[in-house]
Amino acid sequence: MISAIANPRLRRRKLVSAAFRVLCAATAFVVVGILFALIFDLMLDGLPWLDIQFLSSFPSRFPELAGIKSALFGSLWLIGLTALFAVPIGVLAAIYMEEYAPQNRLTRLIELNIANLAGVPSIVYGILGLALFVRFFALERSILAGALTMSLLVLPVIIIAAWEAIRAVPTSLREAAYGLGATRWQVVQSHVLPMAMPGILTGIILSLSRAIGETAPLIVMGALTYVAFVPEGPMDEFTTLPIQIFNWTANPQEAFQDLAAAGILVLLGILLVTNSIALVIRYWSTK
Amino acid sequence: MLRSSTSFATQRNRLLESTFGWLLFFCAAISVLTTVAVILILATETFRFFQSVSPFAFLFGTEWSPLIAPKHYGVLPLISGTLLVVVGASLVAVPLGLASAIYLSEYAAPRTRQIIKPILEVMAGIPTVVFGYFALTTVTPLLRQVFPELPIFNAASAAIVVGIMILPMVATLCDDALRSVPNSLRHAAYALGATPFEVTSRVVLPAALSGVFTSFVLAISRATGETMIVTMAAGAMPNLTFNPLESIQTMTAYIVQVSLGDASAGGITYQTLFALASILFLITFCLNLLAQRIMHQMREVYR
Repeated sequence: MISAIANPRLRRRKLVSAAFRVLCAATAFVVVGILFALIFDLMLDGLPWLDIQFLSSFPSRFPELAGIKSALFGSLWLIGLTALFAVPIGVLAAIYMEEYAPQNRLTRLIELNIANLAGVPSIVYGILGLALFVRFFALERSILAGALTMSLLVLPVIIIAAWEAIRAVPTSLREAAYGLGATRWQVVQSHVLPMAMPGILTGIILSLSRAIGETAPLIVMGALTYVAFVPEGPMDEFTTLPIQIFNWTANPQEAFQDLAAAGILVLLGILLVTNSIALVIRYWSTK
Repeated sequence: MLRSSTSFATQRNRLLESTFGWLLFFCAAISVLTTVAVILILATETFRFFQSVSPFAFLFGTEWSPLIAPKHYGVLPLISGTLLVVVGASLVAVPLGLASAIYLSEYAAPRTRQIIKPILEVMAGIPTVVFGYFALTTVTPLLRQVFPELPIFNAASAAIVVGIMILPMVATLCDDALRSVPNSLRHAAYALGATPFEVTSRVVLPAALSGVFTSFVLAISRATGETMIVTMAAGAMPNLTFNPLESIQTMTAYIVQVSLGDASAGGITYQTLFALASILFLITFCLNLLAQRIMHQMREVYR
């Protein structure tokens, strides 16, 4: 009589519950499916163009002659210089925030400021780079100006990542070193840094990977869209892989859009490698 | 002898210590200097812009044509374009992201979760220029099969793909929020005879609401500043409309359009970049502050 199955209200409730579960699961799988659709689509368009000639040629008006040599070198230069500036400053800033900073207003202000900077749209950094480095310091549209712009962009991300890694080092370790009479810097460089290193490295690699794919700030600070030479120094003009992809996608000729797909495959390949390295480091350090 | 050498070492250490302290402080201060530089630069150039165009005409003008005569500097068409993309993207990302997060946190088997979570992380790391390509070459042609009149550059395609771009962020943050709800709450609800749907919708979701809202606000902030997808797929036509099937231009897309040409320093076109960047900076700054506020409240509730 009061059997649960016979109760129509309960049956409805259970039906709703089951339907909701199916709906959520279907959504999650659709979302994952979008990624695979995107990659499949890219391979279909781009794979036929992907060969040694594509990697070792300069861009050209003729799609069959065009390649990404200058873009690859430009990206390499840019990320190299960005790492040179942003990594030491970012890690040292993180050390300051966790190990040195006194508990006061200024520290709270810096902390709030870092969090907010991480949320500023990348295009605003492009505007900053344009006004500060390109015009004010008269670095023109050089790799140096681009790398400085990128450094400001990734700095908050690196600081936050390194900070988290340093914070995860147990306090007991620091206290043991202090107990033996070590100075603050000795504690940092002999205990904290080695322990936090895997986390810091992972954070650095992931932030720099983000910089590899950035397009908008570089276009705004004035990186070129067509470059048919390999940059030889930090004061040379440059283009990067994402900018080259953007340029080809904007071309109405279909062959160039397929070139863009091939360029994207290279870009995603690079990101896959860097992300895997980060993953391996994370895996090793937790073992 | 031994004594003096120790004191020398101590002295040297002390010196090193204070030098390092200052060096480290300087590195941390660079972030504050960056903010100061951004605000200073945006403020001065925007001020100069307002000397030729009145703030009223800028903020409430309904026509934006700074590149073609007769020149108008009303920002509303760019605002409506940005709004159209942000609203459209939210309509995609909020329901899909939340539903995926509920699946991950409440229903998925640990192994399924271990597969889907990294896939979301990969999606979150895809450069936006790739999504722009996807919008232009895949989503737009698909939409045009449904709406044959649709122009190649349209707000709908850009909005959908911006939604897909911010989706992993919404899903990940919502998942974190849902999982931070203590299991005792779920068990209590089950013990009262609630179905899984009732537990999720009436107990878990309300308990995680601030985290869920935070993710929405952050996603909206990200969509507002998104540049490449809207540049590549939404068009370059400032258009005061709320019809997603038309060509539009967002604030960010305009900045890129001008940057690709050559705006000479000091010219009024150059200054428009800074005026628009100021608006973008203010909007995203307020949204991020709001997100931090909401998140703080959640923490207080739980401790």
